[in-house]
Amino acid sequence: MLRLTLRNLLARKVRLVMSALAIVLGVAFLSGVLIFSHGLSNTFDNIIKGSTPDAVVRPIGTESFGQSAPSTLTVTPADVSRLADLPEVAAADGSVDGTGLFLLDGAGKLVGGQGAPTLAFNHAGSVNMLGEPILELRDGRWPEQPEEVLLDHNAADRGGYHVGDQVRVIAPNGDLSRTLSLVGTADFNGGGTAGAVLVIFSTPGAQQMFLGGRDAFTSVNLTAADGVSQARLVAAAKTVLPDGFTAVTGDTVVDQSQDAIGQFLGVISTFLLVFAIIAVIVGGFIIVNTFSILVAQRTRELALVRALGASRRQVTGSVLIEALVTGLVATTVGVALGLALARGLAALFRQFGLDIAASSLTLTPRTIVLSYVVGVLVTLVAAYLPARRAAKVPPVAAMRADLVPKERSLRRRTLIGAVVLLLGAAIAVAGLFDPPGNDAAWIGVGAVLWILTVAAISAALGHPVLVVCRSVFRRLFGTPGQLAGENALRDPRRTGATASALMIGLALVSLIGVLAASLNSSVDDLVDEQFNADFVVQSVAFTPFSTGVGDKLEHVPGVGIMSRQQFLAAKLGGVDGSSTFIAANDDRFSRIYDLDVRSGRTTLQPGEAFVSKDAADKHHWRVGSRFTLSFPGGGTLTPTVVGVIEPSQVAGQINISLDDLESVGVQRQDSSVSIRLAQGADAATVQRALAKVVEPLPIVNVQDKDDFRDSVRGQVNQLLYMIYGLLALAIVIAVIGIVNTLGLSVLERTRELGLLRAIGLTRRQLRRMVTLESVAIAVLGAVLGMVLGLVFGVLLRQALSDDLTSLGLPLGQLVVFLVIAVVVGVLAAVIPAVRASRLDVLRAIATE
Amino acid sequence: MTDVETAVAASTVDLHKTYGSGDSEVRALDGVTLDLHAGQFTAVMGPSGSGKSTLMHCLAALNAPTSGKAVVDGVDLSTLNDTRLTTLRRERIGFVFQAFNLIPTLTARENILLPLSLAGRRPDEAWFDTVIDAVGLRDRLGHRPSELSGGQQQRVACARALVSKPRIVFADEPTGNLDSTSSGEILAFLRRSVDEFGQTVVMVTHDAVAASYCDRVVFLADGRVVDELADPDREQVLEHMAALQSAAMNLVD
Ligand SMILES: Nc1ncnc2c1ncn2[C@@H]1O[C@H](COP(=O)(O)OP(=O)(O)OP(=O)(O)O)[C@@H](O)[C@H]1O
Ligand SMILES: [Mg+2]
Repeated sequence: MLRLTLRNLLARKVRLVMSALAIVLGVAFLSGVLIFSHGLSNTFDNIIKGSTPDAVVRPIGTESFGQSAPSTLTVTPADVSRLADLPEVAAADGSVDGTGLFLLDGAGKLVGGQGAPTLAFNHAGSVNMLGEPILELRDGRWPEQPEEVLLDHNAADRGGYHVGDQVRVIAPNGDLSRTLSLVGTADFNGGGTAGAVLVIFSTPGAQQMFLGGRDAFTSVNLTAADGVSQARLVAAAKTVLPDGFTAVTGDTVVDQSQDAIGQFLGVISTFLLVFAIIAVIVGGFIIVNTFSILVAQRTRELALVRALGASRRQVTGSVLIEALVTGLVATTVGVALGLALARGLAALFRQFGLDIAASSLTLTPRTIVLSYVVGVLVTLVAAYLPARRAAKVPPVAAMRADLVPKERSLRRRTLIGAVVLLLGAAIAVAGLFDPPGNDAAWIGVGAVLWILTVAAISAALGHPVLVVCRSVFRRLFGTPGQLAGENALRDPRRTGATASALMIGLALVSLIGVLAASLNSSVDDLVDEQFNADFVVQSVAFTPFSTGVGDKLEHVPGVGIMSRQQFLAAKLGGVDGSSTFIAANDDRFSRIYDLDVRSGRTTLQPGEAFVSKDAADKHHWRVGSRFTLSFPGGGTLTPTVVGVIEPSQVAGQINISLDDLESVGVQRQDSSVSIRLAQGADAATVQRALAKVVEPLPIVNVQDKDDFRDSVRGQVNQLLYMIYGLLALAIVIAVIGIVNTLGLSVLERTRELGLLRAIGLTRRQLRRMVTLESVAIAVLGAVLGMVLGLVFGVLLRQALSDDLTSLGLPLGQLVVFLVIAVVVGVLAAVIPAVRASRLDVLRAIATE
Repeated sequence: MTDVETAVAASTVDLHKTYGSGDSEVRALDGVTLDLHAGQFTAVMGPSGSGKSTLMHCLAALNAPTSGKAVVDGVDLSTLNDTRLTTLRRERIGFVFQAFNLIPTLTARENILLPLSLAGRRPDEAWFDTVIDAVGLRDRLGHRPSELSGGQQQRVACARALVSKPRIVFADEPTGNLDSTSSGEILAFLRRSVDEFGQTVVMVTHDAVAASYCDRVVFLADGRVVDELADPDREQVLEHMAALQSAAMNLVD
């Protein structure tokens, strides 16, 4: 039996290669994502470990890599020497970390794009916990004078700078556009910087740039004396700390950083993993289908084997062994391909400024094991149903001319399917009426039920679509068109199963399309309603910028009212509370923006706050409630809620007064500046003048209402296209499924094709016939998928109607999808059509 | 001269067809020169493997000869490319095979009209009716092949072969799978198509009774024309076949 199985494998190698390809691609994507994620976290681990000293003294409530606002608290050189004098301390290096500094290249463009941050600090000569210097000089020398600077060598390369060049930067304050001389480049100990740009000053240089020339430090790096543990070091340091500061062990810093980064990396990995899983599932569908067809074509042979005495179990086993071998081979190839794919992903992310060292993209045992488990398991599970069907072939089938198709079981399946569809619909609709738990989750369960059921009963559901295809084809392409339609209809199960793979991809694409369109149209509504400023000045990456910009903007002629706003992270409750984003608005904010107030007011006095309805619901706040916010350095505020607003694009969830912010020791910067024109001022003239002010700052731009809307839409669309790109893989795999089915069908109909050729079907007509059948399958998949996607997109939008206030239907995109489906059908048919048209007519007729 | 040419629907000149090479070489056709006259019902007979099907296929533009000439309706087949050959088959040649003659997804009617609809031509309704009535299929036109008996299926195939008014119809053992009643119906129909519609029909058969419906019988052996008979009856055909058989036996001895 085993030998028979292996012979079968070889005899059908083309088919198996094709179906294996589906698994190869799925596994490649999966292992690629795993390898990439591993490389990503490896890169950051190295960075964190390579840059963390034995202990750090820093303002209470700050976290490296966290998103805490920079504190204005500093320590004095005296504090540092007190620390240095401790017997437990081998070295205490005062460090000056700055924010708001950006490196420009020769053309005035931001180095590093909008992704990775620019980190500026002084060269304090600290060593990390492993006793290695954090930075190693590569070229030139360390900066000594205030106007001198050193770059990490990648940043220097990206900016096109060499030692001795004048380097352009945007300073956080004062004269914003400056040039500094590059005196050296350095390598970062952690390997790479993941794309971050390092700008290193001398200590006086950093103090001048970030602390207004005060001889002070923002934090202190401690190196333990020989034999002193991190814990003892910290305990000792705590005895001499100035107010508002705390000491933490290097290990804690590493843990916290890994947590913070891990969350961010986790989002990326999970996001990619979702698409990998979709790809694998689609691949599984194709395996089911291929094996079903192979088993059907072998019915006679299997029956003969049974008649000769093979047990059911042996027959099932032989099909499963075939699947096992296929799965093993496919997974092996897939994992190898995954390595290449991980490189591709890394290159893609480099475009976004996230630089992952190629050396960290390696196969780990975990990746290998997981890929094999998934690849082989999916293949086996997918082959199980066809294998069972194979075992059910009765020995007498060997003697019968042809097997009667099992109409009855199709009807029963359709009936059960209809019931499950109703159930799914009920669950999904229940999601709209505030069920316990998450609304969207209910709808999600309904959607998964529907997708699986529709795939299972696609044979029945597809019928009307195929009938329409047939009559359209017939009208457009005559008899070959009609024959194509008939062929698509003759084995509805096969056509349906093949189309299902494509259906999954298109269902997701359309669902995402509906959500994105709704998001866009909701944003449009919000902008129309709430964008009451004439201009908004913001930085491209939402990084805050120097208040100096606002100072200049304020004096542009034609500016009537100007309001400043700073977004920052604070902790809700005590220092250990959960981190949350808040907005601090000045008192002119409410004069520009007419927010949709539910209760109370939005004009703020110091000590007051207004919050969004969501935040109010979440924290059970009403007008009059009080809550506590903690800031780096230990400062706290306990504002009173004076207003609750509807969700807003321009305000935050929690909004406090800008005056309060200054009093708690947070470094003032602006995140957004809103401008209302003075009476009679010409908008175009003023915009030009405003643009001139921010011209030296490529990170900041002036937007009117349309620009603002476009920039928000741009972000939505960027994400949308990225998702489409990732779903494209699922569609490619579905195409392989179509190629496979068509190939098998052509093989099966050899005699019929020969007859058609004999009585006058030209090669061209034959190719067209195969192509149209393929198009019919693709269109069926697209139509089923789009209907599913639309239905669930609309339901999901309804469930999320708090955020997605308006429903958008991407009708134009749906038409494009349909066109793409037709193109996909045509492409999938190329190989089978050519093979069919090359059939030797005589051989075809002679086939027994 | 002109009369003679129009009287020949198809012909071959020194037709050779060889399969394989060296030791395994098979001469399926070994110099066949034959005229098939218009308006005649010709039978091709001979032992199994004598090259009957090969000859038909070469004449029907389904197979290219190794050497020699095959002419159908005045056209030398070797001068045509695949598309022209296909068009020629569609328009000037009708086919009836032993089995699997019909497209399972199409109704009888659609199957009959297939060569025309592939060419994008409208059927001649009167002619269609005539043919349908001749094969007696009027009440079966909406059925699919799986709903027809073997004999009915062959009648549909015959109707299809005739409906495009081809210059010549080739039938390779059209009654090979049928019982004697159904065979009789098919043969009677082919006979009628020659007598009443002036059709030219060439039929391969092993059956002396079938051959007796024909105007002429050509005997093949080892890829050559070895004998022929005009206006045969069953006895004559059987005699000739027996003679051929014993000749073959003697050869073996
Ligand atoms: N494709 C092929 N390759 C090799 N040899 C072939 C091929 N087709 C036919 N032959 C050989 O050519 C010879 C003639 O075959 P052909 O089919 O014409 O015989 P036939 O007279 O129709 O026989 P039957 O009465 O059994 O149908 C046979 O010996 C056959 O084996
Ligand atoms: Mg034959």
